Amino acid sequence: MKGAQILLECLKREGVQVMFGYPGGAVLPLFDVLHDSSIRFILTRHEQAAAHAADGYARATGKVGVCVATSGPGATNLTTGIATSFMDSIPVVAITGQVKTHLIGNDAFQEADVTGITRPITKHNYLVKNVGDLAHIVREAFHIASTGRPGPVLIDIPVDIQTHDTEFNWPEEVEVRGYKPTYFGHPGQIKKAAKLIAKAKKPLIYAGGGVIISGAHAELKALAEKLCVPVTMTLMGLGCFPSTHSLCLGMLGMHGTAFANYAIMNADLVIAIGARFDDRVTGRLDAFAPYAKIIHIDIDPSSISKNVKVDIPIVGDAKYILAQLLEELDKKPDTREWLSAIEQWKTKHPLVYREGIKIKPQYVVEQIYELTKGEAIITTEVGQNQMWAAQWYKYNKPRRFLSSGGLGTMGYGFPAAIGAKVGCPEMHVFDIAGDGSIQMNIQELSTAVTHKIYVKVAILNNCYLGMVRQWQELFYKRRYSYTGLCNPDFVKLAESYGAVGLRATKKEEVRPTIQKALSTNNVVIMDFQIEPEENVFPMVPAGEAIDRMIGGMA
Amino acid sequence: MKHTIAVLVENKFGVLARISGLFSARGFNISSLAVGETQDPSVSRMTIVVDTSEARILEQIIKQLRKLIDTISVVDLTKKDFVERELALIKVNYEKSIQKKVKAILNKHKNTTRLIREARNEAIIEICATSEEVAVFVSNLSPYGIRELMRTGKVAIA
Ligand SMILES: Cc1ncc(C[n+]2csc(CCOP(=O)(O)OP(=O)(O)O)c2C)c(N)n1
Ligand SMILES: [Mg+2]
Repeated sequence: MKGAQILLECLKREGVQVMFGYPGGAVLPLFDVLHDSSIRFILTRHEQAAAHAADGYARATGKVGVCVATSGPGATNLTTGIATSFMDSIPVVAITGQVKTHLIGNDAFQEADVTGITRPITKHNYLVKNVGDLAHIVREAFHIASTGRPGPVLIDIPVDIQTHDTEFNWPEEVEVRGYKPTYFGHPGQIKKAAKLIAKAKKPLIYAGGGVIISGAHAELKALAEKLCVPVTMTLMGLGCFPSTHSLCLGMLGMHGTAFANYAIMNADLVIAIGARFDDRVTGRLDAFAPYAKIIHIDIDPSSISKNVKVDIPIVGDAKYILAQLLEELDKKPDTREWLSAIEQWKTKHPLVYREGIKIKPQYVVEQIYELTKGEAIITTEVGQNQMWAAQWYKYNKPRRFLSSGGLGTMGYGFPAAIGAKVGCPEMHVFDIAGDGSIQMNIQELSTAVTHKIYVKVAILNNCYLGMVRQWQELFYKRRYSYTGLCNPDFVKLAESYGAVGLRATKKEEVRPTIQKALSTNNVVIMDFQIEPEENVFPMVPAGEAIDRMIGGMA
Repeated sequence: MKHTIAVLVENKFGVLARISGLFSARGFNISSLAVGETQDPSVSRMTIVVDTSEARILEQIIKQLRKLIDTISVVDLTKKDFVERELALIKVNYEKSIQKKVKAILNKHKNTTRLIREARNEAIIEICATSEEVAVFVSNLSPYGIRELMRTGKVAIA
């Protein structure tokens, strides 16, 4: 079999049903075989979008996403998407063409050192130098991408390797001697943790994206309910615990709820699960959770005690460890007083916004929540739109909120929505977008329309790079340096691509617009012209302790 | 404080770049790094010396090294009873007027040094000793004029 055929055969055996990508000279043999393959191929209009779509597909389904690009510029265009997946631990396999083996290192046409470029933004990468290694490498790549702390893996395949012939051998087993993730928690550590939990008076669970990746949401709910311990989530964790649950405190951190931030600053025990104490969560590190002992459950040992010194580390898969903990815990802490203190913070400092003359973005997100009955997949761009989407839609299930948390990539949401919709065609998929971000991958309208991937884009159009403008307003004396946007007519833009464009300029038009979008069997762009200088509150200024919030307090 | 770390890695191309990239990306300093094949040709062994007084940084360095897929094992030798050597080649001034003095220094370190070559007012000297001894030897020689110096970095085994 030829290299390209071997590659596709391996992908099929790995269960790949769809790939996102873009062709070019160095992947011609691969595309020739794709032409009559059963694998569905989605031609994006930019390689960055292919990487984001593969990522969105992976986040929505839990399967490995696959993207493909040619050598040189095709591969470099993938990198923003790969880095996005890397920062958020998303399983993606990226396949790139490379110049012919004998030309590598010659500055050949469309040559780039892609394994070199992507080394710091992949979990692992490969340059295939021998067609005989290909099957093995593909198998290893999927194994590494999807196990342990997942992440993107890149396979760079010279064009001549794609045409070389060899016998196809499918390796049944993969064995990587330097790669043995720990899954079960150390029993001694579990015992210690259980003791600490039983003694706590003000315990708090701080749950991150790891809970979703590990599929530990049921165990988390069981644990929180058994112990009557409140739960706060990171941006990446949203959906891992039901937002409508009485023990839920919503998101914490820079734009978290006041009560979540007060809770963590007053807790005497923090149980961190699949979260990594990112600076957007902790604020000023030396002031973070000053009274708390910390139990940290994470599959990645290097996440533990990286930013915050931990009292009881437990390395392993959250799902197993929480089950072990549930088994071990016989004594429950008495949290009644603690919960009533939290209840008071909740009543005193709820998440709020003021009504105005113009459309409020928070209202738009709330209405999307109501009209989709909380059952949609929401992707976001980056900026204020992302924070409003996090604050005002209630996520009750995992894999429903897809957002670039670690890298904060503008242009992520739309292609990610396309990927999510391909993976979950029966679901409504909304990209809650900003007018700036949407223009970073607007060309994907073509992809969505051509492939009939009917996603809905809700642009919270403030004619600003809003989040940057907010910082300029608050910290740079309102000097709006290059943050005002002169936008295209998004309705006409949608129409020119064969999508449907809708516009809302008044509050009364918001619900009908969303309803129209939901009932339209096409790609829809909604242009919500919102209050231009609306801010995201509460907000913790960068570098401050996270209970030093400004704004948005009732 | 200096820490000596032994790392077994896959003997594949790109592994050295992964290791050095890890150090530069995370702002860790390498004092020295030596690498070579082991008795198993598919495995290379590195001795990495890092200088840090922060336990947290050392812990991160070790964890990040372990996280690399191509890393097979990482051991902090500092905590063990280990043996270390470093080789240095030194080209020194060897003019008539100072030959005696250089020879006297060589004599003081006679168990670890060798005069390999003498030519045109220069000599090439080898020392194979602990890194500390190498440093002492080099500083003893330096008043007489070191023209070139090449140290291999520490290799260690426990
Ligand atoms: C690729 C990229 N470039 C720049 C930034 C910095 N940035 C963060 S938010 C933001 C403004 C986003 O504007 P918009 O999409 O309109 O969203 P809004 O904040 O107005 O909701 C910018 C420029 C980024 N996150 N990503
Ligand atoms: Mg905007």
